[in-house]
Amino acid sequence: MTVAQTDSGREGADGEGGMAGADDAYTPSQRRIERERHKRARARRATAIAALSTLVTAAVLYLVVVDAPGWPRTKETFFSAQYAREAFPKVLDGLWLNIRLLFVCGAAVLVLGMLIAIARTLRGPVFFPLRVLAAAYTDFFRGLPLIINLMIVVLGVPALRLQGVTVDPVLLGGTALTLTYAAYVAEVFRAGIESVHPSQRAAARSLGLTNRQALRYVVLPQAVRRQVPPLLNDLVSLQKDTGLVSIGGAIDAVRAADIIVGRSLNYTPYIVAGLLFVALTIPMTRFTDWVTARMDRQRAQGGIL
Amino acid sequence: MSEILQKSGAPEPGTPRESAGDTSVLRMESVRKTFGGSVVLRDVDLEVAPHTVTALIGASGSGKSTLLRCANLLEEIDDGAIWLDGEEITDPRTDQDAVRRRIGVVFQAYNLFPHMTVLENITLAPRRVHGVPRAEAEEHARGLLERLGLGARAAEYPDRLSGGQQQRVAIARAVAVRPRLLLLDEITAALDPELVGEVLNVVRDLKNDGMTMVLATHEMGFARDVADQVCFLDGGVVLERGTADEVFGDPQQERTRRFLRRIVDAGRL
Ligand SMILES: Nc1ncnc2c1ncn2[C@@H]1O[C@H](COP(=O)(O)OP(=O)(O)OP(=O)(O)O)[C@@H](O)[C@H]1O
Ligand SMILES: [Mg+2]
Repeated sequence: MTVAQTDSGREGADGEGGMAGADDAYTPSQRRIERERHKRARARRATAIAALSTLVTAAVLYLVVVDAPGWPRTKETFFSAQYAREAFPKVLDGLWLNIRLLFVCGAAVLVLGMLIAIARTLRGPVFFPLRVLAAAYTDFFRGLPLIINLMIVVLGVPALRLQGVTVDPVLLGGTALTLTYAAYVAEVFRAGIESVHPSQRAAARSLGLTNRQALRYVVLPQAVRRQVPPLLNDLVSLQKDTGLVSIGGAIDAVRAADIIVGRSLNYTPYIVAGLLFVALTIPMTRFTDWVTARMDRQRAQGGIL
Repeated sequence: MSEILQKSGAPEPGTPRESAGDTSVLRMESVRKTFGGSVVLRDVDLEVAPHTVTALIGASGSGKSTLLRCANLLEEIDDGAIWLDGEEITDPRTDQDAVRRRIGVVFQAYNLFPHMTVLENITLAPRRVHGVPRAEAEEHARGLLERLGLGARAAEYPDRLSGGQQQRVAIARAVAVRPRLLLLDEITAALDPELVGEVLNVVRDLKNDGMTMVLATHEMGFARDVADQVCFLDGGVVLERGTADEVFGDPQQERTRRFLRRIVDAGRL
């Protein structure tokens, strides 16, 4: 707080009488104490109810599943401790590839998405072809199912036997993921750019900033800030879709599980891989929630952003 | 305060490129502006001499803001011409960015950049447009804030300031690049009377510094006090113009008299 460092002279005219610091002699009234005790009691009750209902739900689920006629057989093929132990290290090895893919593709997606979004918002006749291309790109790749995109790129490109073009399934799979996700992310960025009020651009232009400078210093920073929650959402999605590069034969977590399943006809490795993906996504999802909540709070306080 | 314009990091005000006989900073001739079907400015002529203050008065919707936005090329005019320092800026070949660099604007809604601190708002244009080194730009900005009574607010974000404080920051931002001409659009509209006085004092000081200004205002007392020239707009036409004493003391047009009488009745003169 800057209340303490009040400027001499004219600062007094700023009408801040209401913002005086805390009064030292203050003691909470009986009313406030009573109110807070009530709030605490209510919070304790709410926690107790939540715990109880969780226990009951879990018990019911357990009984339903375990009582099911096919349970012993299912338990054997999906939840075998032996196969889980065998699969875990291999699947974990594969997961490392998924994580690397996430970081490399994530960065590429953000850059490419931003470039496409900017291309779509450029004005002026010179940029007409660029605008059309960018629009066509987003339309195409947002509509194309990711799995088909992957098959075309991962299986189709090597079939062409082009000189100097990679046939590495990891590189090709990463390329396909980047192509699709860049289209999504471009739309997120574009929505952000368009949500910045035109008066901000006008203010920047009237200060003498060029169109490009107005975009860079005034519009984009505000646009990106607003779009952080939906962007993180897309990254969570990308994280699990890295599992699809396995269709080209790259040994990621899913492919590693696949190999064991093919040999043993026991599906436990899939469960292991699935749980690992979930475990990987949860921190990211929580982080997204946290950022979103924080930004909502700021918006409620500030009113301007 | 007389130093607001000195010590600036920005270059000298644009050197006047005067065509023979035209010494005015801003000149408008037969300017016409329409939005869709409605004519908002009709045959507007205006001349603003160096170091003078021109006040635009008139009812809400009479075209004051539009006139200012046209002068700054934020709106494209339909017909007529505008000159800045004798150079026609409505010529399609002019560099619009270069023109805007010489004109400062303070808007009715302050339009500060919410993602930048007060200091960053003020130093953005000096640094990015005029290439002033960061330290120098910040020192100048701090000097401006000090004089505007906002010395302690440099690191604050705009949404934590009161309306009057935000408006003074907007003025500092416009002045920081030493514009040749300053356009002020109802800069006191959202303020309570005490803050109005604060902001108007800033404008008075700018006038004493020799700043050339055009301002749209509903503060008649202030217009009378500070303006060298007063223009009364009515339905997009400059119906009456003259010195403050002429327009306020002895209006020639019936409509001007009626407008002023309403203002007096409302206790605002
Ligand atoms: N972008 C726009 N599109 C359409 N009409 C507009 C636009 N901007 C202004 N107008 C119209 O032009 C007329 C003049 O508006 P302007 O904002 O210049 O009035 P003003 O004199 O500044 O009024 P006030 O004192 O309320 O600010 C109004 O009738 C308004 O509806
Ligand atoms: Mg207006």
